[in-house]
Amino acid sequence: MDIAQITPILATAIATSTPLVFACLGETIAERAGVINLSAEGTILLGAMTSFAIAKTLEGSGTVPSLLAGFAGAAVVGAAIALIVALGTLTLKQSQVAIGFVLALLGASLSSFLGNSFVRIPGPTVPSFKIPGLQNLPLLGNLLFQSDLLVYLSYAAIALVWVYFYRTRAGLMLRAIGEQPNAAFARGTNVVKMRYIYTLIGGAMMGIAGAAFSLDFKAGWSHMHTAGYGWIALAIVIFGGWNPLRVALSCYLFGILQSLASVAQSSIPAIPSQVFNVAPFMLMILLLVLTSSEWVERVLKLLPSPLDRTASELIRSAPPAALGKVFEQD
Amino acid sequence: MTKRIFYYQLASIALAIVFITAIILVVGASPPSVITAMWSGAFGTVGQFARVIATLAPLLLCASGLLFTFTAGLYNLGIEGQIAFGAIVSTLAIRLTQDSLPPALVIVLAILMGGVGGTLWGLLAGVLNVYGRINEIFSGLGLNFVADGLALYLIFGPWKREGVASMSGTEQFPESLWLPTFGNTDASPIALLIAIAAVAITLIILRGTYFGLRLRAVGQNLRASYVLGIPSIRQLLSAFAICGGFAGIAGALQVLAVFHRLIPNISSGLGYLALLVAMLVGLNAWFILPVAFFFSALNIGSLQLPLDLDLESSLAGVIQGTLVLFVLLARGVSESLRKPSTTPLHKGY
Repeated sequence: MDIAQITPILATAIATSTPLVFACLGETIAERAGVINLSAEGTILLGAMTSFAIAKTLEGSGTVPSLLAGFAGAAVVGAAIALIVALGTLTLKQSQVAIGFVLALLGASLSSFLGNSFVRIPGPTVPSFKIPGLQNLPLLGNLLFQSDLLVYLSYAAIALVWVYFYRTRAGLMLRAIGEQPNAAFARGTNVVKMRYIYTLIGGAMMGIAGAAFSLDFKAGWSHMHTAGYGWIALAIVIFGGWNPLRVALSCYLFGILQSLASVAQSSIPAIPSQVFNVAPFMLMILLLVLTSSEWVERVLKLLPSPLDRTASELIRSAPPAALGKVFEQD
Repeated sequence: MTKRIFYYQLASIALAIVFITAIILVVGASPPSVITAMWSGAFGTVGQFARVIATLAPLLLCASGLLFTFTAGLYNLGIEGQIAFGAIVSTLAIRLTQDSLPPALVIVLAILMGGVGGTLWGLLAGVLNVYGRINEIFSGLGLNFVADGLALYLIFGPWKREGVASMSGTEQFPESLWLPTFGNTDASPIALLIAIAAVAITLIILRGTYFGLRLRAVGQNLRASYVLGIPSIRQLLSAFAICGGFAGIAGALQVLAVFHRLIPNISSGLGYLALLVAMLVGLNAWFILPVAFFFSALNIGSLQLPLDLDLESSLAGVIQGTLVLFVLLARGVSESLRKPSTTPLHKGY
């Protein structure tokens, strides 16, 4: 294979990872603030269904307004589910896993039940848009700038979240309430209120991820349309070490695994195609398991001294210290 | 105190019913006709009631197993994979022995091997959790994907039906290898007996043995129980193994009593449904029987909705999820109104 063959595969992988990028960035924001939103599977499904239903219903009023309304609706749905997560875990102090898991199942069932009349009908999709000038860049132009606005927005979102996390004061406080909520509280931060806000923002982004599936990369709606993506998003956030840049790269890695699976499918007929559909999910989790086991730590220690630290920083990291824990203000 | 919690629970169930009614109205259906359809779907004929019982057996097994992991403070989301792997190993046992052993022995062996398979898959999640430092939620989810992939590979690869492989599964086993049923229905007395035995064993072990006490201690406070000399790791792994074993037997029953072959998605979401049952039941283990029965009836009853009213059967999932969500929230309300010192211990995630 030469560059000319690989570039389109990579370009597709990067573009089709866009919904996951939105979902994983959203989850990263919530988790860095200390809240696991385990409802991702249900949020993405319900966001996908809602946005498609809205856009389809408003189709007559033009593509752009109907799409915008669809994305807005998905964001509201995502934020609403996140509000239940926040209410149940921050105010009522129930287990984040329990509430999130129930919402994951409930969201999936609701999307199936409410979206029944929208199954397998054509609807509006995000039109492609090549960025003038940038699309002609050697290599990068083909790779990054020949898809649609949503994809470019996701690049901006990655940069924005990274800058917010590591280069702004508010971002520092966001990380503080996930690591040392008591210290942040002592400094005068309203920990619970800030966690509410970041959980809602994260939820809205997960809803948008759903819309990015049903209005763009997996256009249309069917039962369990985006099944599995919510769970994989949660795994990718861990694999990406809760760092927006690494999380985004992990999304692209998953996209590449999916592209490779579909390429391999035609060249290895002995293995049934259904296996290739689930293979990227299996591989991604396997990678997560491998990189977080103690065994890897021992191997890394064998590397010469400056290298071992870099390698370890590249593939490992600890979760936010207060992730999933109830904040008792005292 | 308990009286007040009871009122909160009643109020939460009332609110859940309001929410569910609203959802039904949104799709333009009438709630009374939905209730009628679901009731007749679950209890209309002997055959339909038998299917409720056939769903109840694996659900009870899984929910009992999950009481062990919940008591140990673990969220065993890998239970779906444990059902699937149990079903795979059980199918393997049948394929290897059906030509050489008498049918009764094959059935017993298949159930046992299902349990063994589930135990191994549960232990694997446990080992990743304890030694690999992966949160049990993600080791479990990962193993679910792997078990699904394995089942698909076998169904479309080495175990494919003569001629065409399809999503409908492997070749059906001969009728001599089906679990005997009540008359001409889907309900198997043996499956039901196994499930009720599992509930009884669970209650006895968790309530009446030293093992159950230590498991509770580990679930309440892992570090403290370790300091006090309880072999915590062994306790955690046992919980995974027992839960996996029960789930694996449920998988074997899906093969032997329900589908009579291996199909993709053999667990049919029963593992996740059992998680909801276990969450709803909380510490009142006896409630597992009525709750699991009610949820099974919802599952089977909802299959009538597409036939009678052109609605999706996922309404069952909406009802189950809404009930559990509102009950959890009500628990939170009643706890937050008590003195902060009495709020129960919360494990990190």
